[in-house]
Amino acid sequence: MDFTTQLLIAAISAGTPLLLATLGGILNERAGIIQLGAEGLMLMGAVTTCIVYIRSGNLLLALLAAIAVTAVLGMVHSFLCVTLRANQTMSGLAMTLFGSGLSAYLGKSISGLPLPGTSPKLNLSWLNGIPVIGDIFGRMDYLTWFSLLLVLVLHLLIHHTSWGLHLRAVGDSPATADVMGIRVQLIRYSYVTAGAALIGLAGADMVLAYAPTWNEGLTAGRGWIAVGLVIFARWNPLRALFCAYFFGALDSLGFRIQLLGSVVPSYFLKMIPYIVTILVLMYLGYRNRNKPSGTPESLGTPYVREQRL
Amino acid sequence: MKRRGQGFTLSFVLVFLLAVVLAGCGSNNNAATNTAATEAPAATNAGTATEAAATTEPAAKKPTVAFVYIGPPGDGGYTYQHDQGRLYMEKELGIKADTVENVPESADAERIITELAQNHDIVFTTSFGYMDFTLNVANKFPNVKFMHASGYKTAANMGTYFGKNYQGSYLAGIAAGKMTKNNQLGYVGAFPISEVIYNLNAFTLGAQSVNPDVKVSVVWTNTWYDPATERQAAISLLDKGADVLMAYQDSPATLQAAQERGAFAGGNDSDMGKYAPDNYLTNPVWNWGPYYTKVVQSVMDGTWTNEQYSGGMDDKMVDIAPFGNKVPDDVKALVEEAKAKIISGELDVFTGPISDNQGKEQVKAGQKLTLEEVLGMNWLAKGVEGTIPQ
Repeated sequence: MDFTTQLLIAAISAGTPLLLATLGGILNERAGIIQLGAEGLMLMGAVTTCIVYIRSGNLLLALLAAIAVTAVLGMVHSFLCVTLRANQTMSGLAMTLFGSGLSAYLGKSISGLPLPGTSPKLNLSWLNGIPVIGDIFGRMDYLTWFSLLLVLVLHLLIHHTSWGLHLRAVGDSPATADVMGIRVQLIRYSYVTAGAALIGLAGADMVLAYAPTWNEGLTAGRGWIAVGLVIFARWNPLRALFCAYFFGALDSLGFRIQLLGSVVPSYFLKMIPYIVTILVLMYLGYRNRNKPSGTPESLGTPYVREQRL
Repeated sequence: MKRRGQGFTLSFVLVFLLAVVLAGCGSNNNAATNTAATEAPAATNAGTATEAAATTEPAAKKPTVAFVYIGPPGDGGYTYQHDQGRLYMEKELGIKADTVENVPESADAERIITELAQNHDIVFTTSFGYMDFTLNVANKFPNVKFMHASGYKTAANMGTYFGKNYQGSYLAGIAAGKMTKNNQLGYVGAFPISEVIYNLNAFTLGAQSVNPDVKVSVVWTNTWYDPATERQAAISLLDKGADVLMAYQDSPATLQAAQERGAFAGGNDSDMGKYAPDNYLTNPVWNWGPYYTKVVQSVMDGTWTNEQYSGGMDDKMVDIAPFGNKVPDDVKALVEEAKAKIISGELDVFTGPISDNQGKEQVKAGQKLTLEEVLGMNWLAKGVEGTIPQ
């Protein structure tokens, strides 16, 4: 395998949890609700997976539990932001702090215990003969395939179905959507809940694919990167795929440059993803200066029928 | 408009309540242990008082002991080993010690150490970054004994302790040097600081002692605990061709990455074999129990001094974890042999000639590095492929 193929494989492996969390964030924010709770939700997803997997030995049950727990937290977030019209930034930050503290507390009993298994792989042996493609897709795990499928499904959902039209309408102009007979609150509740569940699944993927044990603070800031990637991807699932893998590749590139015997200090290599992100944002900002930014127009604004806010 | 006002008030109250709940959760550990810390000494004193009265022995009053941890005892690594040491000491001496976990290496540490010093006789601060805070508090509480792990500053009532874990790294290096098929080893280093550097060098020297052609590639992750980053570092080394990895990190991410590729790996601080039994090599482990017992006993006997203690394999403060399932017997025998030599003093890890990877001779033939020189090591041994960022 050559350098590029290896880097691609590493990028996919590093990018998958970011991709799942970014897709979750996109669903959330397309509905007009800011999601800053990703870090806490990922931690809750990870700790739930560990607890249920270790206690029951059943991976599917563990994943379902992670989805269920983070979905409940998503409902709390939507209750605060949609029904109570709380400040969405505050509510999101509260989710992050709450999730970090609660996951550390819940995880005490299983901290350091090994998981019964890791992320199961889908072996496609018929791909083995093909160079590059076979190397990349021959042994990917199920969650990675799921995330790829999800990109496609969400892309079609958001841009090519009437459900997606409703979602975008709710995010851009809830008053108009309401006039058209779309149930704004219901849509916001559903997508915020589903988005949170996806972010929880990202946490589950981190623990299954990276380190086979729970420790508090396991995500080490990946949730915040996902928050950034949602904006970087301009709320578009296909771009999210590209951005997550791009970031994953940069994450991995630093170590490869170290190994090539570079004289650049490793501290600078560790900054690569962030420096390149800033550069890309500057370039995109310049290129798209006359186009809409893609931000859902009523992002962060609560909606109440017949009230101007 | 009135309805909207109510909504805002209600939501504000709810967010506030949530914040209160989560604040409670976040600092749960510290708060809980702090209360325990303030209540427990009284209880211990009362307990010993009645005990002494009952047996009418003039026995020395049992000291109250406190530990300050950098992480949670459940980290399965560094703090876990300290906590095991505390439990051992408690069992040996019949003392109940207090612990405060997750103490950041910041001004918070000084506040917590000060609180502990007010009602404890001995305070163990178990991370390097507590050094100056411990010293400050030690100067304020001359009657309390302080023991600081891995530092170099002392006071009349403050000593230091740490272990020569590089002896364990050397032995792990022997195993790695025998197990590699293509003479390429990989080392995932946390930070380019001397603690990691002397372990990396010892690992390399151990591997070269059985396999002179071996090369060790090193990458720095600049984090102690971040599974995602550690995994990327490990995969980069595996992609470069390394078939045995060693990680001076707190998570078993390297082990999992190695397992996926069928490579061998070891971790740090504690027995990590349970995470990948078939791909596990071994690694240095800490064993603090006997030393903690000794220190507390010496305080009870009045023989405590502000020593700068460095334990090795000879007093069991440092050891290696049990080998993984697939390490063959001849490799085990070779490691055990070297271990016996280290214990007897016949083998010293940093005995010259040793040159660095720039070709400069760092230790002359026949010379041995002093402990001070080891603890300040800032060069990479010959055979290490990598650099120390300046």
